[in-house]
Amino acid sequence: MNALVIGCGRVGSSVAKHLDREGWEVSVIDEKEEALNRLGTGWKGGFIVGHGMDIDVLREAGIEEADAVVVATNGDNTNLVIAQVAQKRFDNQCVVVRVLDPARADFYRETFGLRTICPTQTAIETLMDAVRACEIPAPARAPATAT
Amino acid sequence: MYALIAGGGKAGANVTRSLLRMGHEVTLIEQRQGRFAQLEEEFEHRAQLGDATELFVLERAGIRRPPDIVLALTGDDEDNLIICQIAKERYGVPKVIARVNDPRNQVHFDLLGISPTVCATSTVLALVEHEVPEHELVHLLELRKENLEIVEVQIDKNSPCAGKKVDRLTLPDGARLISVMRNGRAEIADGTTELQPGDQVLAILQPGKEDELRRVLLKR
Repeated sequence: MNALVIGCGRVGSSVAKHLDREGWEVSVIDEKEEALNRLGTGWKGGFIVGHGMDIDVLREAGIEEADAVVVATNGDNTNLVIAQVAQKRFDNQCVVVRVLDPARADFYRETFGLRTICPTQTAIETLMDAVRACEIPAPARAPATAT
Repeated sequence: MYALIAGGGKAGANVTRSLLRMGHEVTLIEQRQGRFAQLEEEFEHRAQLGDATELFVLERAGIRRPPDIVLALTGDDEDNLIICQIAKERYGVPKVIARVNDPRNQVHFDLLGISPTVCATSTVLALVEHEVPEHELVHLLELRKENLEIVEVQIDKNSPCAGKKVDRLTLPDGARLISVMRNGRAEIADGTTELQPGDQVLAILQPGKEDELRRVLLKR
Protein backbone atom coordinates (compact mmCIF):
# COMPACT_ATOMS: atom_id res chain seq x y z
CA MET A 1 0.00 0.00 0.00
CA ASN A 2 1.26 3.47 -0.91
CA ALA A 3 0.79 6.54 1.24
CA LEU A 4 1.55 10.16 0.40
CA VAL A 5 2.07 12.64 3.24
CA ILE A 6 2.06 16.34 2.35
CA GLY A 7 3.66 18.60 4.94
CA CYS A 8 6.49 17.25 7.06
CA GLY A 9 6.16 19.17 10.29
CA ARG A 10 5.62 17.63 13.70
CA VAL A 11 2.35 16.02 12.65
CA GLY A 12 3.15 15.02 9.08
CA SER A 13 6.54 13.52 9.93
CA SER A 14 5.10 11.44 12.78
CA VAL A 15 2.26 10.17 10.63
CA ALA A 16 4.79 9.27 7.92
CA LYS A 17 6.95 7.33 10.39
CA HIS A 18 3.93 5.51 11.87
CA LEU A 19 2.69 4.49 8.43
CA ASP A 20 6.18 3.35 7.47
CA ARG A 21 6.39 1.23 10.61
CA GLU A 22 3.02 -0.30 9.78
CA GLY A 23 4.36 -1.47 6.44
CA TRP A 24 3.21 1.26 4.04
CA GLU A 25 5.36 2.56 1.21
CA VAL A 26 5.49 6.23 2.25
CA SER A 27 6.36 9.29 0.21
CA VAL A 28 6.61 12.74 1.80
CA ILE A 29 6.42 16.26 0.35
CA ASP A 30 7.66 19.40 2.09
CA GLU A 31 8.72 22.83 0.89
CA LYS A 32 11.90 22.72 2.95
CA GLU A 33 14.79 20.33 2.51
CA GLU A 34 15.50 20.46 6.28
CA ALA A 35 12.15 18.84 6.99
CA LEU A 36 13.77 15.54 5.99
CA ASN A 37 15.61 15.62 9.34
CA ARG A 38 12.30 15.11 11.14
CA LEU A 39 11.99 11.68 9.53
CA GLY A 40 15.16 10.42 11.22
CA THR A 41 18.46 9.27 9.79
CA GLY A 42 17.32 5.89 8.49
CA TRP A 43 14.40 7.18 6.37
CA LYS A 44 14.02 4.87 3.39
CA GLY A 45 10.77 6.26 2.05
CA GLY A 46 10.41 8.96 -0.59
CA PHE A 47 11.01 12.64 0.09
CA ILE A 48 10.29 15.39 -2.44
CA VAL A 49 11.05 19.06 -1.92
CA GLY A 50 8.29 21.19 -3.37
CA HIS A 51 4.88 22.78 -2.84
CA GLY A 52 1.85 20.55 -2.45
CA MET A 53 -0.19 22.77 -4.78
CA ASP A 54 2.22 21.99 -7.63
CA ILE A 55 0.73 19.26 -9.82
CA ASP A 56 4.18 18.16 -11.04
CA VAL A 57 5.42 17.77 -7.47
CA LEU A 58 2.34 15.72 -6.54
CA ARG A 59 2.88 13.46 -9.55
CA GLU A 60 6.58 13.06 -8.81
CA ALA A 61 5.70 12.06 -5.26
CA GLY A 62 3.40 9.38 -6.62
CA ILE A 63 -0.08 10.79 -5.96
CA GLU A 64 -1.45 8.74 -8.85
CA GLU A 65 -0.48 5.49 -7.16
CA ALA A 66 -1.28 6.56 -3.60
CA ASP A 67 -3.88 4.52 -1.71
CA ALA A 68 -3.98 7.10 1.08
CA VAL A 69 -3.15 10.82 1.11
CA VAL A 70 -2.53 12.73 4.34
CA VAL A 71 -2.52 16.53 4.01
CA ALA A 72 -0.90 18.27 6.98
CA THR A 73 0.91 21.45 5.96
CA ASN A 74 0.71 24.40 8.35
CA GLY A 75 -1.94 26.23 6.29
CA ASP A 76 -5.62 25.35 6.56
CA ASN A 77 -6.53 26.77 3.17
CA THR A 78 -3.55 25.17 1.46
CA ASN A 79 -4.59 21.84 2.97
CA LEU A 80 -8.20 22.24 1.86
CA VAL A 81 -7.16 22.99 -1.72
CA ILE A 82 -4.61 20.15 -1.91
CA ALA A 83 -7.15 17.69 -0.44
CA GLN A 84 -9.71 18.64 -3.09
CA VAL A 85 -7.09 18.32 -5.84
CA ALA A 86 -6.24 14.82 -4.58
CA GLN A 87 -9.91 13.90 -4.38
CA LYS A 88 -11.22 15.48 -7.59
CA ARG A 89 -8.28 15.54 -9.96
CA PHE A 90 -6.48 12.35 -8.96
CA ASP A 91 -9.55 10.48 -7.71
CA ASN A 92 -7.91 9.41 -4.44
CA GLN A 93 -10.55 7.71 -2.30
CA CYS A 94 -8.77 8.05 1.03
CA VAL A 95 -7.76 11.65 1.66
CA VAL A 96 -7.45 12.89 5.23
CA VAL A 97 -6.76 16.55 5.84
CA ARG A 98 -5.80 18.54 8.89
CA VAL A 99 -7.77 21.76 9.41
CA LEU A 100 -7.09 23.78 12.57
CA ASP A 101 -10.18 26.00 12.31
CA PRO A 102 -13.20 24.01 13.60
CA ALA A 103 -15.65 26.08 11.50
CA ARG A 104 -13.91 25.34 8.21
CA ALA A 105 -13.31 21.71 9.21
CA ASP A 106 -17.06 21.21 9.79
CA PHE A 107 -18.07 23.05 6.64
CA TYR A 108 -15.76 21.11 4.32
CA ARG A 109 -16.69 17.80 5.93
CA GLU A 110 -20.42 18.43 5.56
CA THR A 111 -20.52 20.20 2.21
CA PHE A 112 -17.60 18.72 0.29
CA GLY A 113 -17.33 15.32 1.94
CA LEU A 114 -13.68 15.79 2.91
CA ARG A 115 -12.29 13.76 5.80
CA THR A 116 -11.23 16.77 7.84
CA ILE A 117 -9.44 16.25 11.13
CA CYS A 118 -9.53 19.20 13.51
CA PRO A 119 -6.87 19.05 16.26
CA THR A 120 -8.33 22.21 17.81
CA GLN A 121 -11.70 20.53 18.33
CA THR A 122 -9.96 17.45 19.73
CA ALA A 123 -7.97 19.65 22.12
CA ILE A 124 -11.13 21.41 23.29
CA GLU A 125 -12.88 18.12 24.00
CA THR A 126 -9.83 16.58 25.71
CA LEU A 127 -9.37 19.63 27.92
CA MET A 128 -13.04 19.63 28.89
CA ASP A 129 -12.87 15.93 29.72
CA ALA A 130 -9.76 16.55 31.84
CA VAL A 131 -11.51 19.31 33.76
CA ARG A 132 -14.57 17.13 34.35
CA ALA A 133 -12.30 14.26 35.46
CA CYS A 134 -11.19 16.35 38.43
CA GLU A 135 -14.68 15.79 39.83
CA ILE A 136 -14.94 19.18 41.40
CA PRO A 137 -18.58 19.90 42.16
CA ALA A 138 -19.88 22.31 39.54
CA PRO A 139 -19.96 25.83 40.96
CA ALA A 140 -23.50 26.97 41.63
CA ARG A 141 -24.43 29.42 38.94
CA ALA A 142 -26.54 32.40 39.88
CA PRO A 143 -29.96 31.94 38.35
CA ALA A 144 -30.36 33.94 35.19
CA THR A 145 -33.39 35.70 36.68
CA ALA A 146 -31.56 36.89 39.84
CA THR A 147 -31.48 40.61 40.32
CA MET B 1 -25.29 46.53 -5.62
CA TYR B 2 -23.58 45.20 -2.51
CA ALA B 3 -20.05 43.91 -3.03
CA LEU B 4 -17.86 42.19 -0.45
CA ILE B 5 -14.14 42.44 -1.22
CA ALA B 6 -11.48 40.30 0.45
CA GLY B 7 -7.94 41.67 0.28
CA GLY B 8 -7.12 45.35 0.55
CA GLY B 9 -3.95 45.51 -1.49
CA LYS B 10 -3.67 47.75 -4.55
CA ALA B 11 -6.32 45.83 -6.50
CA GLY B 12 -8.78 45.58 -3.61
CA ALA B 13 -8.40 49.20 -2.55
CA ASN B 14 -8.75 50.58 -6.07
CA VAL B 15 -11.76 48.43 -6.88
CA THR B 16 -13.37 49.51 -3.59
CA ARG B 17 -12.78 53.18 -4.39
CA SER B 18 -14.20 52.82 -7.90
CA LEU B 19 -17.29 50.90 -6.82
CA LEU B 20 -18.02 53.42 -4.07
CA ARG B 21 -17.69 56.26 -6.57
CA MET B 22 -20.20 54.46 -8.80
CA GLY B 23 -22.63 54.50 -5.87
CA HIS B 24 -22.36 50.86 -4.82
CA GLU B 25 -22.20 49.53 -1.29
CA VAL B 26 -18.88 47.88 -0.43
CA THR B 27 -17.29 46.11 2.53
CA LEU B 28 -13.54 45.52 2.31
CA ILE B 29 -11.79 42.93 4.49
CA GLU B 30 -8.04 43.17 5.16
CA GLN B 31 -6.05 41.03 7.58
CA ARG B 32 -2.77 42.96 7.85
CA GLN B 33 -3.03 45.37 10.78
CA GLY B 34 -0.85 48.08 9.25
CA ARG B 35 -2.53 48.02 5.88
CA PHE B 36 -5.95 47.97 7.53
CA ALA B 37 -5.16 51.19 9.41
CA GLN B 38 -4.49 52.95 6.08
CA LEU B 39 -7.65 51.56 4.51
CA GLU B 40 -9.78 52.52 7.50
CA GLU B 41 -8.60 56.10 7.20
CA GLU B 42 -9.94 56.27 3.66
CA PHE B 43 -12.94 53.92 3.75
CA GLU B 44 -13.93 54.25 7.45
CA HIS B 45 -16.48 51.63 8.56
CA ARG B 46 -16.45 50.01 5.12
CA ALA B 47 -13.03 48.53 5.91
CA GLN B 48 -12.93 45.62 8.36
CA LEU B 49 -9.99 43.86 9.97
CA GLY B 50 -9.79 40.08 9.79
CA ASP B 51 -9.00 36.89 7.89
CA ALA B 52 -11.66 36.59 5.20
CA THR B 53 -11.37 32.80 5.18
CA GLU B 54 -12.82 32.72 8.72
CA LEU B 55 -16.59 32.31 8.73
CA PHE B 56 -17.21 34.73 11.60
CA VAL B 57 -15.21 37.44 9.82
CA LEU B 58 -17.27 36.99 6.67
CA GLU B 59 -20.49 37.01 8.71
CA ARG B 60 -19.49 40.18 10.52
CA ALA B 61 -18.92 41.74 7.09
CA GLY B 62 -22.47 40.85 6.08
CA ILE B 63 -22.05 37.74 3.93
CA ARG B 64 -25.37 36.36 5.23
CA ARG B 65 -27.38 39.02 3.38
CA PRO B 66 -25.81 37.77 0.93
CA PRO B 67 -23.82 40.25 -1.19
CA ASP B 68 -24.53 40.40 -4.94
CA ILE B 69 -20.89 39.63 -5.56
CA VAL B 70 -17.77 38.58 -3.66
CA LEU B 71 -14.34 39.55 -4.99
CA ALA B 72 -11.45 37.47 -3.65
CA LEU B 73 -8.41 39.64 -4.33
CA THR B 74 -5.89 38.62 -1.69
CA GLY B 75 -2.28 37.85 -2.56
CA ASP B 76 -2.80 34.21 -1.67
CA ASP B 77 -4.39 31.84 -4.19
CA GLU B 78 -5.43 29.25 -1.61
CA ASP B 79 -7.25 31.93 0.37
CA ASN B 80 -8.98 33.26 -2.75
CA LEU B 81 -10.15 29.77 -3.67
CA ILE B 82 -11.50 29.02 -0.20
CA ILE B 83 -13.20 32.43 0.10
CA CYS B 84 -15.04 31.81 -3.17
CA GLN B 85 -16.05 28.26 -2.23
CA ILE B 86 -17.39 29.38 1.14
CA ALA B 87 -19.21 32.36 -0.42
CA LYS B 88 -20.91 30.24 -3.07
CA GLU B 89 -21.59 27.00 -1.26
CA ARG B 90 -22.29 28.15 2.28
CA TYR B 91 -23.84 31.57 1.84
CA GLY B 92 -25.35 31.32 -1.64
CA VAL B 93 -23.50 34.33 -3.05
CA PRO B 94 -24.58 34.40 -6.73
CA LYS B 95 -21.36 35.72 -8.25
CA VAL B 96 -17.68 35.54 -7.35
CA ILE B 97 -14.54 36.82 -9.03
CA ALA B 98 -11.16 35.46 -7.96
CA ARG B 99 -7.69 36.82 -8.45
CA VAL B 100 -5.05 34.28 -9.47
CA ASN B 101 -1.57 35.34 -8.33
CA ASP B 102 0.42 32.41 -9.70
CA PRO B 103 -0.81 31.34 -13.16
CA ARG B 104 0.14 27.74 -12.35
CA ASN B 105 -2.73 27.70 -9.87
CA GLN B 106 -5.30 28.45 -12.57
CA VAL B 107 -5.91 24.69 -12.96
CA HIS B 108 -7.07 24.48 -9.33
CA PHE B 109 -9.61 27.28 -9.82
CA ASP B 110 -10.90 25.49 -12.93
CA LEU B 111 -11.04 22.14 -11.12
CA LEU B 112 -13.08 23.60 -8.26
CA GLY B 113 -15.37 25.56 -10.56
CA ILE B 114 -14.31 29.02 -9.44
CA SER B 115 -14.76 31.48 -12.30
CA PRO B 116 -14.29 34.02 -13.59
CA THR B 117 -10.69 34.49 -12.56
CA VAL B 118 -8.29 37.35 -13.22
CA CYS B 119 -4.55 36.81 -13.52
CA ALA B 120 -2.33 39.81 -14.11
CA THR B 121 0.65 37.66 -15.14
CA SER B 122 -1.35 35.80 -17.79
CA THR B 123 -2.79 39.06 -19.11
CA VAL B 124 0.65 40.63 -19.43
CA LEU B 125 1.98 37.50 -21.15
CA ALA B 126 -0.92 37.52 -23.60
CA LEU B 127 -0.17 41.15 -24.40
CA VAL B 128 3.51 40.38 -24.90
CA GLU B 129 2.52 37.62 -27.28
CA HIS B 130 0.24 40.02 -29.13
CA GLU B 131 2.96 42.62 -29.49
CA VAL B 132 5.76 40.14 -30.25
CA PRO B 133 4.04 37.14 -31.80
CA GLU B 134 6.16 34.03 -31.71
CA HIS B 135 4.32 31.70 -34.03
CA GLU B 136 2.31 34.13 -36.18
CA LEU B 137 -0.72 32.96 -34.29
CA VAL B 138 -1.82 35.20 -31.47
CA HIS B 139 -4.23 34.21 -28.69
CA LEU B 140 -6.68 37.05 -28.28
CA LEU B 141 -9.31 35.58 -26.02
CA GLU B 142 -9.87 32.41 -24.10
CA LEU B 143 -13.50 31.36 -23.55
CA ARG B 144 -12.78 28.95 -20.75
CA LYS B 145 -16.33 27.82 -20.06
CA GLU B 146 -17.06 27.23 -23.75
CA ASN B 147 -13.70 25.55 -24.34
CA LEU B 148 -13.02 27.86 -27.28
CA GLU B 149 -10.44 30.46 -28.07
CA ILE B 150 -10.11 33.29 -30.55
CA VAL B 151 -6.79 33.72 -32.35
CA GLU B 152 -5.39 36.13 -34.90
CA VAL B 153 -3.34 34.99 -37.89
CA GLN B 154 -1.40 37.16 -40.30
CA ILE B 155 -1.52 35.88 -43.90
CA ASP B 156 1.59 36.53 -46.03
CA LYS B 157 2.50 35.87 -49.66
CA ASN B 158 3.91 32.42 -48.85
CA SER B 159 0.75 31.30 -47.08
CA PRO B 160 -0.84 28.32 -48.85
CA CYS B 161 -4.25 29.92 -48.35
CA ALA B 162 -3.38 33.23 -50.06
CA GLY B 163 -5.60 33.69 -53.11
CA LYS B 164 -8.03 30.99 -51.97
CA LYS B 165 -11.66 31.36 -50.99
CA VAL B 166 -12.56 30.36 -47.45
CA ASP B 167 -14.84 27.49 -48.51
CA ARG B 168 -11.93 25.90 -50.42
CA LEU B 169 -9.87 25.58 -47.24
CA THR B 170 -9.84 22.36 -45.23
CA LEU B 171 -10.06 23.88 -41.77
CA PRO B 172 -9.64 21.61 -38.75
CA ASP B 173 -12.83 20.31 -37.15
CA GLY B 174 -14.14 22.78 -34.61
CA ALA B 175 -12.45 25.79 -36.24
CA ARG B 176 -14.05 28.71 -38.13
CA LEU B 177 -12.75 31.91 -39.58
CA ILE B 178 -14.59 34.92 -38.14
CA SER B 179 -13.34 37.97 -39.94
CA VAL B 180 -10.70 39.39 -42.22
CA MET B 181 -9.03 42.73 -41.60
CA ARG B 182 -7.70 44.31 -44.79
CA ASN B 183 -6.47 47.88 -45.33
CA GLY B 184 -7.79 48.85 -41.91
CA ARG B 185 -11.29 47.51 -42.55
CA ALA B 186 -12.74 44.37 -41.03
CA GLU B 187 -15.16 42.14 -42.88
CA ILE B 188 -17.03 39.07 -41.66
CA ALA B 189 -15.48 36.02 -43.34
CA ASP B 190 -17.87 33.82 -45.29
CA GLY B 191 -17.29 31.06 -47.83
CA THR B 192 -16.74 33.50 -50.69
CA THR B 193 -14.15 35.64 -48.90
CA GLU B 194 -10.82 35.38 -50.73
CA LEU B 195 -7.78 35.53 -48.49
CA GLN B 196 -4.92 37.79 -49.56
CA PRO B 197 -1.37 38.43 -48.34
CA GLY B 198 -1.44 41.02 -45.57
CA ASP B 199 -4.85 39.95 -44.27
CA GLN B 200 -5.30 39.66 -40.53
CA VAL B 201 -7.69 36.81 -39.95
CA LEU B 202 -9.59 36.11 -36.74
CA ALA B 203 -10.48 32.49 -36.10
CA ILE B 204 -12.37 30.69 -33.37
CA LEU B 205 -11.30 27.16 -32.46
CA GLN B 206 -10.95 24.60 -29.71
CA PRO B 207 -7.73 24.86 -27.71
CA GLY B 208 -5.23 22.33 -29.04
CA LYS B 209 -6.16 22.80 -32.70
CA GLU B 210 -3.72 25.70 -33.19
CA ASP B 211 -1.13 23.61 -35.03
CA GLU B 212 -3.68 22.24 -37.48
CA LEU B 213 -5.00 25.72 -38.17
CA ARG B 214 -1.47 27.07 -38.59
CA ARG B 215 -0.75 24.34 -41.14
CA VAL B 216 -3.81 25.20 -43.23
CA LEU B 217 -3.28 28.94 -43.14
CA LEU B 218 0.52 29.28 -42.92
CA LYS B 219 2.12 25.88 -43.61
CA ARG B 220 4.86 26.09 -40.99
